[in-house]
Amino acid sequence: MAPKLQLAIYWAAACGGCDVAILDTDEKILNIAEAADIVLWPIAMDFKYEDLYKMGPESIDVCLYNGAVRTSEQEELAQALRVRSKYMIAFGACASWGGIPGLANLTNREDIFKTVYQETFTTINQEGIRPDVNFRAPEGELFLPRIYDRVWSLDQVVDVDYYVPGCPPTPETIWTAVEAIVTGNLPPKGSVIAGSRSQCDTCQREKTEKKIAQFKRPYEIIPDPNKCLLEQGLICCGPVTRDGCGHRCTSVNMPCRGCYGPSEKVSDQGAKLLNAIASIMDVKDEESARQLAATW
Amino acid sequence: MSEKFEPIILGILCNWCSYAGADLAGTSRLKYPANIRIVRVMCSGRVEPTLVLKAFQEGADGVLVSGCHPGDCHYVDGNIKTLRRTPLISRLLNQIGIEPERFKQVWVSASEGEKFGKIVEQMVEEIRKVGPYQKKLGDKLDVVMHEVAQSAREAAAGSERRG
Repeated sequence: MAPKLQLAIYWAAACGGCDVAILDTDEKILNIAEAADIVLWPIAMDFKYEDLYKMGPESIDVCLYNGAVRTSEQEELAQALRVRSKYMIAFGACASWGGIPGLANLTNREDIFKTVYQETFTTINQEGIRPDVNFRAPEGELFLPRIYDRVWSLDQVVDVDYYVPGCPPTPETIWTAVEAIVTGNLPPKGSVIAGSRSQCDTCQREKTEKKIAQFKRPYEIIPDPNKCLLEQGLICCGPVTRDGCGHRCTSVNMPCRGCYGPSEKVSDQGAKLLNAIASIMDVKDEESARQLAATW
Repeated sequence: MSEKFEPIILGILCNWCSYAGADLAGTSRLKYPANIRIVRVMCSGRVEPTLVLKAFQEGADGVLVSGCHPGDCHYVDGNIKTLRRTPLISRLLNQIGIEPERFKQVWVSASEGEKFGKIVEQMVEEIRKVGPYQKKLGDKLDVVMHEVAQSAREAAAGSERRG
């Protein structure tokens, strides 16, 4: 029998859904456990960072790093795991592109701290205490990770070999990735392990001429289950998003939120979506364009 | 803000009206600021939001998109696509913290050389007031680099203490 794969799984700035998604492979998790020795998985098993630091370079075969990089601890672990792993995989939307935590880059740490630790109605913090990197307790000095002013995707911090997209990646996508690794049948470095076409390309909904006279929110209408969601006024990220998720959202009438990232020929997913939406806005003059755009 | 700051503005002009308009300003020997770098495209309807963002990423202080007046488009309704995009781009830029002065979309016909000059003049003035874009980015990166270095020192000190 070939030597078992050494697998590390790490949770950074993310909700934890990616870790749950790994468990969500159901009975296949046993196949994963059969093919791989897990050497680090903080959410599920008891490992210490010290044990990780004792490992030599490239002693881990694959690291699934989920979540964005936001604190010094997450950055340190990204570096430490990178050195010790043959393949570093950005697992899930946050590690790949920043995801929901990436929205923090629309503001800054100071404003976020002000909101969270001072301004919310339920906060009572008269001393203005903020999280700090060290704290002197009676028992000694404590150190906490520093929260950075901005959030990075994993590939902005370390070299990344593959991307497994999704929020979270579906069990099928995870299994495809694991299979590719176990069999050594890997795509070129930097590939996204999912589909290569756009969501719309493989979407089964009926598509006719697209014109949006009014943007709608999912709670405002009960969408026709067979018609294109964009045509019904819902903002669906299908035109610019990579497929491979099995249309889980659109098949239950929820518009695509783009978690599989930009499709092959798209560089900036958001800007491209803006472009797609603009081309189907049913307006012909500047004033009505402004009014319609304001309702998005 | 120092008086020496010369903003760099990327002008994306359509071939049929606005580029000809800018050309007219030149051949009429009208004076307007040299801060604008002009790229000619066949139609303003071709200017995707991606291009506008790319210009800012590459260090432009402002972006000016100009096309034929609505109704005058060489391709009938190319500029209608432009006018639909503009409010969306403005909202996006506002959301990511780029000041409204930095992005403008205007209509300039082939005969409006003078108007083109005035638009550029005004835009340069406005951007001078809000300051350089690249500079801001540079400051932020410096802060971050400093933080990363400091955290590394703290981590080192921490692990020494831990033994």
